[in-house]
Parts: sequence; C-alpha cells; structure tokens
Amino acid sequence: MDLFEYQARDLFESHGVPVLGGAVAFTPEEAEVAAASMGGRVVVKAQVKVGGRGKAGGVKLAENPSDAREKCEAMLGMDIKGHIVKKVMIAQAAPIEAEYYLAILLDRANRNFLVMASVAGGIEIEEVAHKTPEKLARVGIDPNVGISEAKAREIVLGGQFPADVVDQVVAVLLKLWAAFVAEDATLMEINPLVKTSDGKIIALDGKVTLDDSADFRHPGHEALVDHAAADPLEAAAKEKDLNYVKLDGQVGIIGNGAGLVMSTLDVVAYAGEKFGVKPANFLDIGGGASAQVMADGLGIILGDSDVRSVFVNVFGGITSCDAVATGIVQALNMLGDQATKPIVVRLDGNNVIEGRRILDAAAHPLIQQLDTMDGAAARAAELAAK
Amino acid sequence: MAIFIDENTKVLVQGMTGSEGTKHTARMLKSGTKVVGGVTPGKGGQSVEIEGVSLPVFNTVSEAVLATGANASVVFVPPKFAKAAVIDAIDAKLPLVVVITEGIPVHDSAAFYAYALEKGTTRLVGPNCPGLISPGKSNIGIIPADITGPGRIGLVSKSGTLTYQMMYELRDFGFSTAVGIGGDPIIGTTHIDCLRAFQDDPDTDAIVMIGEIGGDAEELAAAFIGQYVTKPVVGYVAGFTAPEGKTMGHAGAIVSGSSGTAAAKQLALEAVGVKVGKTPSEAAQLMRTILNNLRG
Repeated sequence: MDLFEYQARDLFESHGVPVLGGAVAFTPEEAEVAAASMGGRVVVKAQVKVGGRGKAGGVKLAENPSDAREKCEAMLGMDIKGHIVKKVMIAQAAPIEAEYYLAILLDRANRNFLVMASVAGGIEIEEVAHKTPEKLARVGIDPNVGISEAKAREIVLGGQFPADVVDQVVAVLLKLWAAFVAEDATLMEINPLVKTSDGKIIALDGKVTLDDSADFRHPGHEALVDHAAADPLEAAAKEKDLNYVKLDGQVGIIGNGAGLVMSTLDVVAYAGEKFGVKPANFLDIGGGASAQVMADGLGIILGDSDVRSVFVNVFGGITSCDAVATGIVQALNMLGDQATKPIVVRLDGNNVIEGRRILDAAAHPLIQQLDTMDGAAARAAELAAK
Repeated sequence: MAIFIDENTKVLVQGMTGSEGTKHTARMLKSGTKVVGGVTPGKGGQSVEIEGVSLPVFNTVSEAVLATGANASVVFVPPKFAKAAVIDAIDAKLPLVVVITEGIPVHDSAAFYAYALEKGTTRLVGPNCPGLISPGKSNIGIIPADITGPGRIGLVSKSGTLTYQMMYELRDFGFSTAVGIGGDPIIGTTHIDCLRAFQDDPDTDAIVMIGEIGGDAEELAAAFIGQYVTKPVVGYVAGFTAPEGKTMGHAGAIVSGSSGTAAAKQLALEAVGVKVGKTPSEAAQLMRTILNNLRG
C-alpha cells in the first residue's frame, strides 16, 4: 500500500524522523483553520499518489489563512495526471538552504535492502543517479544486521553531505531505518530532505510503501487504506478477497493464478484485434478456489455494464475444475434472468472431466465450453463484438 | 538426472498436520515422492497416517533429519510462522527447502534469504511458489503430477498456473524438471539459478523460460543466457497487453533501470538468441520446432 504524503509525514513523526507541522484538510474551511493554527506562511500541497504535482500546480505557497483557504479551494477537484485531488496538506513553510535525498527500499535484484543517499536531492534525483552517480551513495543492507551508526556515517559520507550536517543526517537515517523495520515498509523515501536556514535537517516530503502481507502484525495499517480511491467493482471484489482490476474493454476475464490471467489478457487482446474488443478486467480467483469464490468472481464481472462476454480460463492445480464448474452454475442460477451475457469456459487440469460434465449437465444456454485457451479466447472476443 | 530433485530426494513436510499440508502430502505421496516425515513444533512424537503411509511428526527439522535422513523440506506453514520454520530448516543444513506459503511479509523473506546465504548450505525455492517436479522421480509442492511425464525439456517459471499450462502444451515431449520459482519480490532461487542448472544437466536438451512483467529478472536472465547457456531457450513473457502500472517515488526507477514491460523483456531475450512466443501456445510451437530439429 502506498501512503499519501500526510500519512507518511505522520508516520515519520511517530518514529522520531524530523518533520515540519502538517495537517490534512478536506475542505477550504479546514485548510484555513489548519493554516491559522500554524501561523505565518504555509504550503498547500495536493494529496495525490502520483509524481510531478508541483509542475501541475499542486503545490502553492499561501501568505495567510485566508490565502490558504483560496489556494485549497482552487486545488480541490484538480486533475493531476488522472488523479483527482480530494484533500490537501497544509504544511509549515520553512526557508530552505539545501535539498538532499535519502531513501531505504527493498532491492529485488540483490534480495536485500538498499539505502540511497545524496547531497543532490530534489526533483532531478533520477538525473543525478544517471549523470553523476558519484553523488549518490547506494549501499546494500543485510536485513539480519541492519544499520549501525558507523554504517550510517559511511553512507552519509558516501552521499557527499557537507560536514556540518553529517551528524544530523546520520541520526535521521538511523530513525528512518528503525521506522522502515517497525512498519514493515518496502519503501521510505525522503525527497527532499532539507537543511533550513537555521541549520536544521527536516524531511519535507516523503513517500512510503507498506507491505500488505505484513498487515497481520500491524492492526493500525487498516486505517491508512484509501477506501475512496477504489472503483466500486474493485471495492466489491476486495471485500470478497478477489484480486480484480478494472480495464477498459468488453471481454470479462476470470482465471486462476496471476500469470495465467495475465497471459489470458494477452491472448484475448490478440484475438480481439479482429473484432475491435479488449479485455474488460483482470480477475484472479487464486489457488484452491471454492465454488463460492468462483460464483463471487462471476457475479462481479457480470455486474460490469461494459462486459459483453466472459471468458473463464482455469488450469486446475490445487483449484479443482468441478468447484469452478459448480460455481459458474451456482452464479447463473442465482442471477436467473438477470444473466444475459455469454460465458465461454475452458477447463483443464485437476478434475477436469467432472468439471466439464457438470457444465454439460447444466446445459445452460449462456455457457459454451471450448478445449483450448486460444480457441476459447477467439470465441469470447467474437461474442463480445456482437 | 534432473535438477535439484530426483528419486533419491527424501522430503519432510513442514506444517504437515495442517489442512493444506495434509492434502498436499497425500498428493506428493501419490505421485511417488519419498515423503519421510513431518515437522510441527509441539506435535513431535505423534504420527500421521496419509495415503496408507504412517509418517512420524517431529518438533524440529534437525530431529527429523537425524531420524529420517531427509535431504529436503517443503513448507506449508502459515505466513505468521513461516520465517521460524524456514530458519529451522536452514539450521538443520537441509540442502533444499521449498517454501509454498503465500503472503509471507517481505521483511521475513529477506531475513531468511540472507540467513540461508550466510550459512551457505541451503537452496531455498520460493516463497509463494508451486514447487518443482522431476516427473516420474519426485514432486515437491503443489504441481499436478499427471499433466505430463518425464522428458528432456527444462522449465522455469514465476507463475504456477502458467507452468501447468506450458507443461500441458508440451505434454507429448515431457520434462526433465519444471521449477516454479514464485512471484514474490524476494525469492530464493532465480531464473538464472535454474538456467545454470539446466545447462549443466546432461538430461536436459532445451529450456523454456516463462516470465512476467515488472522487475528486471528476465533482463538479467537474458544477460546470463548470453554468457553461459548454449542449449536452445524459448521464452514467454506474460503481460504484453497489460496497462502500465503506477510506480511510486523515484527509488524504484533508479534501482531497476528498466521499464519492466513485456516488450523490453522480449527484446532483451531475443538479443541473446532466445525465441520468444507472444502466447503460451506460440512458445510451445517454437519449442516443438526446436526439439524436432534436435531429433533430426
């Protein structure tokens, strides 16, 4: 799960990473109140989970509370790269002397964690990494060893930080590492980490990604979920523990296993070129799905008004084809006359003979069975075109 | 020969007394795998009857190894307890530990992977993987044993069901070993590890490599193929038509240095002579042609 900036700020603060005052505001009135409580100039920052908001007009300086109110009003509802601004953060303004960069993240390729630190922070950090890599320290961290103070110092010196801030940056890095571990994060990035004119080191903007798999040991993370962001169908799917992503085509897709479903999207997209149709969604019922899970999945897809045909593509490993077939029949019985879209089914693997028999026996006019993935994809695409 | 597992592999099931563990122990036994016992802390001393075989249960992997001579384990332990189970197996110096469990926190995987690396005596496969099968010899994990039989193709894939699909497409040829390495951010055995093992395996003639969008594992594998692999390789990458996902922050882009798209992966693979299919059936067809040519 990716956090909003204000959530990252709060999380940093709770772990002792130095931040400026900041408060989230959903309305211009709240923005005014927050700005008044901070006093002086504030920064109004659009809260969207996408980069480049500054250039898009999503960060504005406000001179006083009523100015903050106006800036907030202008920002709410703004579209930044497809993300609608629904809230802003009111942040204390600070005179900035220098911008640095500090991040800890999961390093897939090296299968450990990675710290990156640079004296040259700000929005051009990717360019720094590319053109002047000597200014960016990149140090792998053994998860069972962690970061000692000596290691932190070595990293900060490697990032070419000036001598007068080294001690402070070392302290921030140690706090950030503690937060990274304590929260089961896969990314904690501070960009920029700033030096203010009075010499303080402060995390001015942060990006945090938390590991959803670790939610069982972080009951507090549930409160950070942005329920408003989900598409209604995606929200319904999530409630039923289904892995569903809405796309913009016409052929509904259900399969088992992310790899096979992704592959099914490809095969349907190729088959659909001829008919001008595309996949309408990604839906993975996972391993060992019961009939109920299958029925839930089909229910979600048939509830999508863009869908004109459905392709169920299952290769049973743990998943049993008879459970899939039973789930399809169950969903159709439940929907009755409301079900009108053709369903193309391709079953193989675990208990396939019984699965096919159940569908044959149901003899439902909407169900068509095909033997191959390619053949079934072509049929589903053709049916969606009609 | 095969890679990683064969008829001499003796397998412990960690979490055998749980419902998933019991179900899959039965399936492994049915497909001829030598399952020699189970490990569930607190249930040591019991025994469990599965598929007509009485299997002893131990508290720790070390005890189980002493008593049974096991040289591999498969982990069906729930995410909360998986780290402790894997550490236990590494401490017992088991040469192979296959972690099927899905949903292990990545900080836990990072910790047990680093631990295995430091000890240097255990190969981890997974987590979040279907396991591996050397058809007719041994089957560790949840891959259905009846898709196809022994043959001379090696297969490595992140995805479980795509592994099954590809084994099915090429069922008339059969496989030396098929390895599902898992799709988690941190996995113990990579495409490269499997490519190296298949290249070195005298009973593997050709290799199918299945990848997915995201990350740069396929690009790294391509570079390795260019340097080391002389056997023919066919690739398939799922996700050619997937819409571009969002990335967060700059850190990811700095690290991977790759777009992670299927097209980029295809280019990297083709540059080192790998034939890449746009669909599973097309990849299977490419492999079919190669094998028929090899047979003359």
